[in-house]
Amino acid sequence: MVGCPALEGAAVIARRTVRWLDERTASAPYLRKALRYLFPDHWSFLLGEVALYAFLVLVATGIYLTFFFVDSTKEVVYHGGYAPLNGQRMSEAYASVVHLSFGVRAGLLLRQTHHWAANVFIAAIVLHLLRVFFTGAYRKPRELTYWLGVTMLTLALLEAYVGYSLVDDLMSGMGLVIGYSVGLALPFFGENLMNWLFGGMFPGSEQLWPRMYIAHVLIFPILIGLLLGAHLLLVAMRHHTQFRQRRAQTERTIVGVPAWPGQAPRSLGLMVGTAGVLFLLGGLVQINPVWLWGPFHTYSSTNGAQPDWYLGWLIGGLRLMPSFDLTIAGYTLVPNPFWGGAAFPLVVFGFLYLWPWLERRFTGDEAFHNLLDRPRDAPARTGIGIAMVSWVVLVFFAGASDRVFVTFGLSYTGQIWAYRILVWVLPVLFGLVAWRICKELQASESVVHERHEAEAEARLARIQS
Amino acid sequence: MPALPAPGAENVSRIRNAIVSALVLLVGRGRRRPKPEDARIVPAQPAHPAAELAVLALLGLSSLCALGFILVYAFADSLSNATQFLGAALGLALLFLAAALIVVGLKLVPSEEVAGEYPPHEHPYEQQVIAEVLDESGTRFTRSRFFKLGLLGAGGTLGLAILAPAVSFGPLFRVGDFLRTPWRRGRRLVDEHGEPYKASDIAEKNFYLAFPEGVNDEGKEEMAASLVVIRLKPDQLRLPSHLKGYDAHGILAYSRICTHAGCAITLYRAPLFQPDEPKPALVCPCHYSTFDPAAGGTVTFGPAGRDLPLLPVYEDSSGHLRAKGNFDGPVGPSWWGVRLWKAQP
Repeated sequence: MVGCPALEGAAVIARRTVRWLDERTASAPYLRKALRYLFPDHWSFLLGEVALYAFLVLVATGIYLTFFFVDSTKEVVYHGGYAPLNGQRMSEAYASVVHLSFGVRAGLLLRQTHHWAANVFIAAIVLHLLRVFFTGAYRKPRELTYWLGVTMLTLALLEAYVGYSLVDDLMSGMGLVIGYSVGLALPFFGENLMNWLFGGMFPGSEQLWPRMYIAHVLIFPILIGLLLGAHLLLVAMRHHTQFRQRRAQTERTIVGVPAWPGQAPRSLGLMVGTAGVLFLLGGLVQINPVWLWGPFHTYSSTNGAQPDWYLGWLIGGLRLMPSFDLTIAGYTLVPNPFWGGAAFPLVVFGFLYLWPWLERRFTGDEAFHNLLDRPRDAPARTGIGIAMVSWVVLVFFAGASDRVFVTFGLSYTGQIWAYRILVWVLPVLFGLVAWRICKELQASESVVHERHEAEAEARLARIQS
Repeated sequence: MPALPAPGAENVSRIRNAIVSALVLLVGRGRRRPKPEDARIVPAQPAHPAAELAVLALLGLSSLCALGFILVYAFADSLSNATQFLGAALGLALLFLAAALIVVGLKLVPSEEVAGEYPPHEHPYEQQVIAEVLDESGTRFTRSRFFKLGLLGAGGTLGLAILAPAVSFGPLFRVGDFLRTPWRRGRRLVDEHGEPYKASDIAEKNFYLAFPEGVNDEGKEEMAASLVVIRLKPDQLRLPSHLKGYDAHGILAYSRICTHAGCAITLYRAPLFQPDEPKPALVCPCHYSTFDPAAGGTVTFGPAGRDLPLLPVYEDSSGHLRAKGNFDGPVGPSWWGVRLWKAQP
């Protein structure tokens, strides 16, 4: 180190800092463990990280947006930089977003990046969830981690929906009234719940916007942040799962790259890279041009509206339901929007929450699992998972039937009728096919294994003769 | 013949040895022994000058882009595509930095794969201690059942007390609100600017937005205020018996709010000459609930579970359209029990 006095200086400073910190916090033992925490190396483990980094971008861009957004539905007449809306009546909320987009430097960039980050955040969570599901990472001892994750997905969906609604453009108003109607359709308490939340009938009292605002910028983000902290803490306490990529990787022994120096620059790179991609998208790819939709009024709507991708499955569920309310002797018990807008997501999330318990019930598997399955290792789980995924995806596609009609001229009613049947038939079919493929893959692996053994035996016999 | 050592010399040399070794030990204690190479924690690996150069270049590019962002921001008002340039500059600055970090991670820090132990499945000793502490802490309570009841009671009532103020969020048990409409017998139908509609204004194959005369902008937003008004040929009407006389010579005024999910009905399929879908239809663009205006707003397709409410109208002596009464059913999306009620003035 003689030829490199600068590094020597840095090392001395590092030592002094560590000592200073340890003397005051007694944290050196924990820091030492944290530095050498092991990350098994597999690309699919990065999906959860991307979700985390998208969340950070959401918080950072969101804080900037709060300095300009006005959470009020008080009516104003717009006079600003965007000529086509000049002289129109609109809420202060919508006017402030239009102003942010046209009158504030870099305002549009940050707004669009925020919106893109929301889409990527939920996409990353869903992909992470699929990875966790199909590899059995949720099994004992990591059920708590999994349940926290599913809860965060629910909160993220609500958070995104409220954020989308806050803008008060025509599309966001249409989304809000649909959500209101789904709530109203909840049997026994729907009308009271919605009156209570909205401060009265739709479009609600003047307190609705402050309520949604504080939920969007404080309550939901803090809940997500707390659950995120607990989620990461639980991951670290029990350590990461791992695939059996090397012989040394067993249920007792974890093999991976230490947090320092191996993993830290890669993870930081992923964080900065995620932010970079989101800002590129926010600057170059237009998303939700709210000034084109115009302000919301209860008496206006527009055709061909599609929600952000993560609500597409609910639009599909609502559109697929045939016309009926559940009535008993003229008494309405369950109005129609309940089925597609509430029952459908309740079934999907109920499945997600119950799955670890259901699987343990049926397989009787009470063991500890640090090693991950490959999808083929658990054909039943993979089959059921594929069936559930294809169910939700088909309903999602059904929600886009109107676009297919406009683009390809396929009859809308014909598509809806086809989907009403296909969403029940195809998932079963896909599930069975996936199950069969897993079985075949298992069989081909054992064939390969047997062939290798036979070849070795033959070689041995040749040598002996 | 070797000289015999003096008596006691053996003891002297032993003591000397002890002193010397003690001194060596004392002096050597504070001194760091050079570590052999294989005792390092992080393995030594050769330098990689090309990678270092690449990292430096990437960091330089990142700084350039970041400076570019500041420049574009400063002159944003005179640029027509400021958002695109800002996004590209900031995005690239971040991506170059990310690339630099990843080159550092893959090429410049020692690459190592380390094996470690997973934590034990459980800690029986600690579990035992916790259980004992919990057991032994409660021995002074002799009426534990009453205590549990008391705690539950206090906790429950206090919880209710804390939650009670949340009741003020909104009105509860006020179904009446859902049924009230601004429509009265004799109230004129006006357009967006408050101009009254004449029956002769309503043409076939078109549809009109109408409000009750005299409502302000806030009143227009009420679900029960807005109407979609159309004209059909009187011989095309197939109104059910309880809706007979709701039309004014073929002019029909339906609630504009879909009974499914509350969106505004802004699509009208006028009866044209298409052979395959000849029926007229009012359609909600949210979930394509389709209502037949000729048959009193019955649902012909889509998810709506309830007919579209129809407002009875008539043409007064001056030719203006007026409400004859109230809607035939509650307006807007349904709630449980909706069919028990009628729209109220």
